[in-house]
Amino acid sequence: MKKIINSPDNVVQEMLEGMVAAYPQYVRKLDGFEVIVRADAPVKGKVALVSGGGSGHEPSHAGFVGKGMLDAGVAGAVFTSPTPDQVFEAIKAVDGGAGVLLIIKNYTGDVMNFEMAGEMAEAEGIKVASVIVNDDVAVENSLYTTGRRGIAGTVFVHKIAGAKAEAGGSLEEVKAVAEKVIKNTRSMGMALTPCIVPAAGKPTFTLAEDEMEIGMGIHGEPGTKRTHIMSADELVDHLMEKILQDIPYKSGDEVAVMINGLGATPLMELFIMNRRVSQILKEKNIAVYRTFVGEFMTSIEMAGASISLLKLDDELKQLLDAQANTPAFRQL
Amino acid sequence: MAVGSAKLIEIINLVANDIQENKDFLTQLDSAIGDADHGINMSKGFKAVTEKIAAMTDKDCGSILKTVGMTLVSTVGGASGPLYGTAFMRAGQAVGTKKELGFDDLLLILDAALEGIKMRGKAEKGEKTIVDALEPAVEVLKSSPVNLKLLEEAVKAAKDGVEYTKGIIAKKGRASYLGERSIGHQDPGATSCYIMLAAVHRALSEKSS
Repeated sequence: MKKIINSPDNVVQEMLEGMVAAYPQYVRKLDGFEVIVRADAPVKGKVALVSGGGSGHEPSHAGFVGKGMLDAGVAGAVFTSPTPDQVFEAIKAVDGGAGVLLIIKNYTGDVMNFEMAGEMAEAEGIKVASVIVNDDVAVENSLYTTGRRGIAGTVFVHKIAGAKAEAGGSLEEVKAVAEKVIKNTRSMGMALTPCIVPAAGKPTFTLAEDEMEIGMGIHGEPGTKRTHIMSADELVDHLMEKILQDIPYKSGDEVAVMINGLGATPLMELFIMNRRVSQILKEKNIAVYRTFVGEFMTSIEMAGASISLLKLDDELKQLLDAQANTPAFRQL
Repeated sequence: MAVGSAKLIEIINLVANDIQENKDFLTQLDSAIGDADHGINMSKGFKAVTEKIAAMTDKDCGSILKTVGMTLVSTVGGASGPLYGTAFMRAGQAVGTKKELGFDDLLLILDAALEGIKMRGKAEKGEKTIVDALEPAVEVLKSSPVNLKLLEEAVKAAKDGVEYTKGIIAKKGRASYLGERSIGHQDPGATSCYIMLAAVHRALSEKSS
């Protein structure tokens, strides 16, 4: 393992300290907790948004804490859900009296820990609601499994629910728009190389030099198939086929596109992917309203990418356009 | 059987010890169908538990069990933290302020723990989880007045439950993403549950021998 770290045990704590040192105008850290909150938290009278999950997905989620997006990001150990006491502290620190929405990615541990924290907060008289993001079409949606995972599409939920809260929406309204985003977002990813969890010290899986894994999760969960390496266009065709047929997205729709790098894939390759994505959408007569290319939800140093589409209506367009000012997402 | 607070702490320490000894084994089981951290996280949690309860010999049994639960919830993380944490917290509620526990209380504790886990994990038997080890054990304990012999049978039922998880598809947790590929592997959670029950049985046997 070759990493710029001091000790595997301290990576999360030290990362958060560095982050706060970089962006004091946006965020502060709660003493004794792995929780990043808006510098001006709690914002009186505004619905507060709390998200989080295991670390290793930077800039998710603490990077999206700021005006127009999240009020708090809770950072668990690498790839491990934060514990309820951490989430509970986050809820208490950002509640401005209008209630708190928990944005949870659909992983068993995340759901249970956030639910427990929500129960603890409700016992103290804080109004809490939650939504569960499950945008990954690589997982077959079934009543008999944990269901689809939450991946990069979660950032659309942060953006749009955050805008709604900033505009003065009630907890019910913010939750409703978050659910609308979830209903209209689909994503799928792929990996070229594995990542190394610092505490484990070795790759979570192996891929041969000429192999790629389609549909891989952001923690290295197995995908739908392992194949011989394809060209960028072939790869995008494959991912887009799965994504487009799922809702389905159809002629005349308007979408937001997110091309998300998993940590070790250069922007050059992400733009090559987006070139093909935009061609496909044009062929299908699906209009692109906005495109986001970059790193939003990574998987440490994994090479690979995911594509997310969000089907828009007038309300979602307006909220997507609203101002956001956070360390990792700025729209002025 | 009469288990006072000091003996209860001793039993929990033995559970912690056995989890510690099986740390690598549990992590290895988890790496086959999960995210390779069950042993690491459980051992971290029970280490904290041992420290937390060391000075609780003058407290009632309910408080001790609740402290174990809260400590696991705040240190284990992942899915096991809330599951085992809820189990111990519910067990603590079930025995309340008692300062001494008998065999009937053991059933009370394990039944409350089982209900807590099923509620938190929204799980039923047959989904390749902790429930597959714990529920058969509780069923045995419910079948006649609890004594050491019956507890031994309950532990055996939990072990059979672990075996049973090898043949079924995971329907909960990360392992469920694997679908049929989860067959052939025993569930790490069911295994850690069996290890704990076996440790309790051993602790109680040592006393009466």
